[in-house]
Amino acid sequence: MNHHASRIADLFGSRSGTLLVACTMAGDPDYATSMRIIQEMIDAGADMIELVMPHSDPVADGPVMQEAVSRALDAGMNTDRFFSLISEIRKGSGTPLVVLTYANIVIQRGVEQFYRDAANAGVDGVAVADVPLEESGPFVAAARNARIEPILFVSRTTSKDRLEKILSAAGGFIYLVAAMGVTGTRDGIPEETLVCLREVKDRTGIPVVPGFGISGPEHIRTYADSGADGVIVGSALVQEIAQQVKLGCDPVSKVGGRVRRLKSGCIIDR
Amino acid sequence: MTGSTRFGAYGGQYVPETLICALEELEHAYTTIVPSRAFQTEMEYYLKEYAGRETPLTFCRNMSRDCGCRIYLKREDLLHSGAHKLNNALGQALLAKAMGKKRIIAETGAGQHGVATAIAGAVLGLRVEVYMGVEDMGRQSLNVARMEMLGARVIPVRSGSRTLKDAINEALRDWVANVENTHYLIGSVVGPHPFPALVRDFQTVIGRETRDQILEKEERLPDVLVACVGGGSNAIGLFHAFLKDDVALFGAEAGGEGIKGRHGATLCRGRPGVLHGTYTYLIQDAFGQILESHSISAGLDYPGVGPEHSFLKDEGRVTYLPVTDEEALDSFFYLSRTEGILPALESAHAVALARTLADDLDDDGILVINLSGRGDKDVAQVAALMGGRR
Ligand SMILES: Cc1ncc(COP(=O)(O)O)c(C=O)c1O
Repeated sequence: MNHHASRIADLFGSRSGTLLVACTMAGDPDYATSMRIIQEMIDAGADMIELVMPHSDPVADGPVMQEAVSRALDAGMNTDRFFSLISEIRKGSGTPLVVLTYANIVIQRGVEQFYRDAANAGVDGVAVADVPLEESGPFVAAARNARIEPILFVSRTTSKDRLEKILSAAGGFIYLVAAMGVTGTRDGIPEETLVCLREVKDRTGIPVVPGFGISGPEHIRTYADSGADGVIVGSALVQEIAQQVKLGCDPVSKVGGRVRRLKSGCIIDR
Repeated sequence: MTGSTRFGAYGGQYVPETLICALEELEHAYTTIVPSRAFQTEMEYYLKEYAGRETPLTFCRNMSRDCGCRIYLKREDLLHSGAHKLNNALGQALLAKAMGKKRIIAETGAGQHGVATAIAGAVLGLRVEVYMGVEDMGRQSLNVARMEMLGARVIPVRSGSRTLKDAINEALRDWVANVENTHYLIGSVVGPHPFPALVRDFQTVIGRETRDQILEKEERLPDVLVACVGGGSNAIGLFHAFLKDDVALFGAEAGGEGIKGRHGATLCRGRPGVLHGTYTYLIQDAFGQILESHSISAGLDYPGVGPEHSFLKDEGRVTYLPVTDEEALDSFFYLSRTEGILPALESAHAVALARTLADDLDDDGILVINLSGRGDKDVAQVAALMGGRR
């Protein structure tokens, strides 16, 4: 039996304020630094880590994530090392950890095998960016078998009847794609996204967590006011890493500082 | 979704959630607008009066004598724009217009699909933006100029391998962000459902005409059909009308540098996986990272292939074989000098494979090559490759 299966549920169950999911690319800029970045994110107050297993052709991602993919793959990241990295983190931390990757990474390892390896490494949930409801059957089944939460996506263009099906298949939390388009930081939050967030919240007891385009505490407050259970911040953190790497500096403390500032947007009385 | 999204195990819709609404809308248009009388009439008009269909099926006297069988060329090189790509570009542009879209985006490798889309956009009054890898912009600069003169905007792609694969990534990213007013006019039988079926349906005119023409000229079906396979649109376009017949079908893939070197022979040497929204054969490493393909011809330089071809390979209905850069180049000159027809480097792969297959045919054996495009676009590249030699 897998004792991690309820880490995500426990976290959302015990939350006060909005949870901060800090996202980073595994192996960016290299294996050892990536380990330290993840540890720093946890120490700086991230409630959950979303770790991306890089894929060469990330169609859902903008330039910031694409460059991180190149850095990570050039530095030798692969699926074997990815699971080793997670196992090492798991030795020192009980922070919930979800994986984000692309279909071909999962398929080439063997769908069942991927989820078993993820469970053994200590992963709590898996989201696959290019697997919509229509293709999700084998992925969700393998996740359930391995006691991993299958995290599915919804967006403001998701139709009502597909939404119902997604809500009944999903586990852990619902990933609300907050912007039409690819990952990357954006200035505002579209009103339609907030409407969508409230609608999804009305229909499900599963926590709803927006991601895409979130970069500052003010974004987090706006989502919190519309009922978001947490927020995912990715490109804003990865951009911090990219900048430091370009300057030849160690990115760890800058990422920590950014996580602390973001966290300040999460702690409000609700 | 109304029907199946797959060809056997292959195909599907591996796309981000935000693209599903666009695919649903397109599927709806594909099943309601395309079969309508009004659409078909409009399509026939443009193919005949504007693009110049039907294209000839040319008997090659010199090559037939030389190869020892009866060789025909299906002359898609004579279609307006100079390649088969216009069949699909006109079809999808008409569909986009009927769907109320104002803007069309496309990817292009050799530039032929970009040119075809620019032409269709110009004549139908749609704004066109074309993603093209900077690597391809260099080797197909004539087509970049053509697209711009036709009023399209060419957007250079600098990510990844800077070729066709990355241009498709960028087009998909653009589409996700602009689904409401934009149609993604994909250039081959690749991508998520319904694209592989939609593009095929617009290209099957090639095979239907070929069938009628050969029956009229020879009073029987051909023994062998040969086409080059990049994404696979000209090949499926020729093959489809013959799938149920006793006709041997061959696809020529980009063998590139040969057995040990870089290549684009996805079906011959790849493994199934997911790229650009579809489950199909791919050139990839053990972990599922897509590897760079290589071909002398930009149009065959793609590490994936249409899912229907993956199905036809596994079924054993079509045989796919690699043709090296060197063999293609040799056949580029061969066809130019024996028949006075400069083939596109892509099509030269089909010519090369046909010359090998001809060895197994008797004098009265009939072989049809799909001459998918003309070679003018490749003249500068070939001249540079040959140095001073001609
Ligand atoms: C003349 C010509 N033939 C063939 C191809 C390959 O595409 P497909 O395999 O989809 O026919 C191209 C692509 O650019 C082309 O320009």
